[in-house]
Formats: sequence, C-alpha cells, structure tokens
Amino acid sequence: MEGIISFISENLLMVYILVFAIFLGMEVISKVPTVLHTPLMSGANAVSGVVVIGAILLIRQASADDYLVLTLGFLGIALAMINVVGGYAVTDRMLDMFKKKKRKA
Amino acid sequence: METSLYDFAYLVSIVLFIVGLKRLSSPDTARNGNLVAAAGMGLAIIISLLYPLDGGSNNYGWVAGGMLVGAGIGYTAARRVKMTAMPEMVSLFNGLGGACAMMISLVEFYNYPANTPLLNGAAFTTLFALFIGSISFTGSLVAYGKLEGFLRDSLVLPAPKVVNIVLLIAILAFGGYILTLPGLDFTLVLVFLALSLIYGITFVTPIGGGDMPVVISLLNSFTGIGAALAGLIYNNQVMLVGGILVGASGTILTVLMCQAMNRSLLNVIIGGFSSKGGVTGEGREEIVKEATPSDLAIELKYANKVMVVPGYGLAVAQAQHVVHELESILEEEGVNFSYAIHPVAGRMPGHMNVLLAEADVPYPKLLELEDANKEMVSTDVVLVIGANDVVNPAAKEDPASPIYGMPILDVEQAKSVVVLKRSMSTGYAGIQNQLFFGERTRMLFGDAKASLNRLKEEVDQA
Repeated sequence: MEGIISFISENLLMVYILVFAIFLGMEVISKVPTVLHTPLMSGANAVSGVVVIGAILLIRQASADDYLVLTLGFLGIALAMINVVGGYAVTDRMLDMFKKKKRKA
Repeated sequence: METSLYDFAYLVSIVLFIVGLKRLSSPDTARNGNLVAAAGMGLAIIISLLYPLDGGSNNYGWVAGGMLVGAGIGYTAARRVKMTAMPEMVSLFNGLGGACAMMISLVEFYNYPANTPLLNGAAFTTLFALFIGSISFTGSLVAYGKLEGFLRDSLVLPAPKVVNIVLLIAILAFGGYILTLPGLDFTLVLVFLALSLIYGITFVTPIGGGDMPVVISLLNSFTGIGAALAGLIYNNQVMLVGGILVGASGTILTVLMCQAMNRSLLNVIIGGFSSKGGVTGEGREEIVKEATPSDLAIELKYANKVMVVPGYGLAVAQAQHVVHELESILEEEGVNFSYAIHPVAGRMPGHMNVLLAEADVPYPKLLELEDANKEMVSTDVVLVIGANDVVNPAAKEDPASPIYGMPILDVEQAKSVVVLKRSMSTGYAGIQNQLFFGERTRMLFGDAKASLNRLKEEVDQA
C-alpha cells in the first residue's frame, strides 16, 4: 500500500492529467450523430496506436545486443504501426465517401 | 539534457489529438479531423525518435525496420479492404494495438531489477497493462473471426459465465500474489500472460456475432487504457492523454450502442441473446405470403412514398449499388424514396451509412430511427432488405423476448411491407419474427442483389 501511495505522490502531475483527460475525452466525444459512429470508432482506434511511442522508446533504451528486447520491440512497433497507419487510412476512406456525397447533395 | 522543447512539442501533438477527435464528431469537419489527429500522431512519433535519452544505444535500424514493415502492411490492408469488411478490419487493427501494449509490459518485466519488491505503483501499472493489452489482443482476434465468419456462434464453451468469473477472479488473485513476492519471478509473469490471453478468448467467445460492434468498441477502449498505462510507465504525457481519450470515447460509444439496443453493457457481456425465449412462432399455423417481382414493380412505380430498411443482408449481398439504381429509376417516376437507418442495423453503428455512401446515395435520404418512424404511416411500400431483428415487433409486444425493449422501426405502420430475405431463418438474436406473418407483409425470397436486379428490370418494363 505504501508503494502505491508513494507512486501516486511521485507522479502526482501524471495522475492529475489522467483524471482531467478522462473528463476531456467524455466531453469531446459525447455528441456524435449515428452516421459518424463507425468513422469515429475507427479514428479513435488509430489514436490508440499511440502506444507505438512506448515501443519506440523501449527499443531506443535497449542495448544493441539485447536481441530478445529488440525483437519484441520490433514486433511491438510493427503491430502498432499497422494499427496507426491502417487506422487513419481506413478512416480517411470512409470519410472520403461521405464527403463526395455532400458535394453532390 | 534539455528536453523542454521536446516536451512542448508533445503538448502540441496532444492538442492535435483533441482537436482531431472533436472535428471527427461532426460531419462537415470529420475528414479534416482525421487528418489533424494523424498529424498529431506523426509529430508524436517524430518527437519520440528525437527525444534525448539517458542510456541505450538508440537502435534506429530496428526502429525504422519495425515502422516500415508496420506502415506498409497497415496501409496496404486499409487500401485493399472492402467497405463491407470494415468492422473486421477495425477489430483486427485494435487487437494489434493491444498486442503492442502487451509486449511493452512484458519487456518491462523482463528488464525489472532483480530482488526488488513488486509492491509498488510501477509494477502494478505494468501488470495491469499486460492484463488489459492481452485481453484486447485475443478478444479482438475472436471478434474478427466471428465477423469474418470462420468462428461460428455455435462454438460455445461449457458454462461460459462460470468459467469467465472463475478465470477473472483467478487472474486477479494471481496478479495480487505476484505483486506481493519479494522479487520478480518472470515465469509467473508468463503464466499470468497466458491466463490473460485465454481470458480474452473466453470473454468474447460466448457473445453473439450481432453484439460484436459493442464488443469491438469496448475492446477499443481497453487498448486506449493499455496505451495510457504504458504512458504512466514511461512517464509520457502524449501516450497517457491519447490513450485516455480513446478509453473515454470507446466507453461512451459502447454505452451509446447499448442504449440503442435498450440493453445494459452487463447484459451484452453476459449474453442476453444466447438465452432463448419468447415467441418462437413454431408450432403455430402461420401463413407466409410471397410477393412476385412483377406485381411489386408496379406497386413501387405508382407509390408516392417508398422506404428501404437495409440490414446486414444488404451488405452481404453487396446490393447497395442496385438499390441506388432502383432508387434513381423510381425517383424519375416521381416516387419519394428514402432509407430508414436503425442505429444497430448491420454489424456496426453507421455500417449502413457507410455502405450506402459507397453507392453514392445522397446524405439527406438517410433517415434516423425517430424520423423514419414518423414517416412510416404515410409510406406506401416498405422494402426490408436483409434486416430482421431491427424490425421485429416482439421488441415491443413480447416481454419474454430477448430483444424486448429495443426500439425498432415500426414498419407495420406502413401500407405494405415487403421483406427481401434468403430464407425464413432467424436474425442474429435467433428469434422468429412475427412481422413475416403480418397481414400487410409479403416475402420476396432470394439473394438481395438478385431480387433487386429482377425488381429493377420489372420496374423498367412496367
């Protein structure tokens, strides 16, 4: 328990950011027309690929001969990049079709 | 080393994420919003490449390799995927993000200093990230398999509720045990990982394919939380805020989807649809009336108002273009033609909108549930194309029905209803639909695309 409390007090700023971000996330997204649910979900999914940064930092901190960490990190980066690039590209494709529609209408 | 410039740039990318998501939630700005969010991600990645680190040998070759491989696969997959397979794709992408969070936590444990007690925030966060990333990974893969159709709903575990609850408690207890040990035992972490991966499978497997949108949305928020936890581990603000934004948005979207079905999240997870109940329609003398394309064509041509209720069957048959052609022909004849979009039609909210947009159906022709129901009384012909549960009157009339309480499209209010369907089989909820036996209802059996093509020809000739 002591460990947890000291962790929180050491990372107080991060905990503040965490709590504010929860409220922010709910406010930013709460009013969405049904039409945009799928694109929004897809876009948010791409944003969750931000975890790639963790994998990048992990590899950069590793020593050059630590092949297990390098391999796992490589996999992590590749998988998360699929999520990021694929996510944004798919979302763009969906929204592209909506946009064409608007012009004609 | 001086890092304040980099930290400031991280803040810029956080702002881009927030602005991007905000713009994504309004039709006019959505496309731009996606680009803004993508720019935020690009900036965040660049900063993480340049950020001065204390130790380590950078290993830029490995980083570049991983990024190129991932970006290449992701871009190709996104370009090639059919619009109808979009939900599966999102689910798969999401699972890979979860897998990344899982790998990061695994490496963190692998590098954990020996003989250091684990009862601290860092170890707790890492273990939590490992747990949630693993569930997101295998759970998303199962959801993907179910939507792709190579995992059937009939694949049922014995007593899924008991298995899931026991497994969850076991994982939590085991996690607690690992944290109280005086030093890290990496083998135990691997066992914990295996249990979490299995839980992801057993968690999603009993949930029906029709509920997959809700599950994907939930797993999406799990991945977000996983990313945020990794952000805590690395003391990285952009991961924390980006992850939490997704966690919050995924949760809200999940709740919105459940509300659209008038069910609680718990009900979806425990599997309300898996229990049979309500009127099955079997054992009663019911007569189904069949429609012929030629009669229907004339009816459509001289109708004032025609409304289409699309469902998953439309997506499966790839009939969106034919339906749009039929719409154009009838519009020329002066028919008022519109589409009634139920919030959970298809396999994802907005699935039908995306599909019809692909066929160039104009935006204003798509009516949402409430507007469509207001128009229903004055509609001459309703064409139900491959939809079932969203027009099932049992949701209003039969308290014993598993979908009781879900708002539906009141197609029975219209002057006549024609259901285009391959057979009399039930929808995803697995229950019979009294609508098919209704007085004003006729059935047009066959593949939706083939039926619509015949209908189109007949309208042309009529």
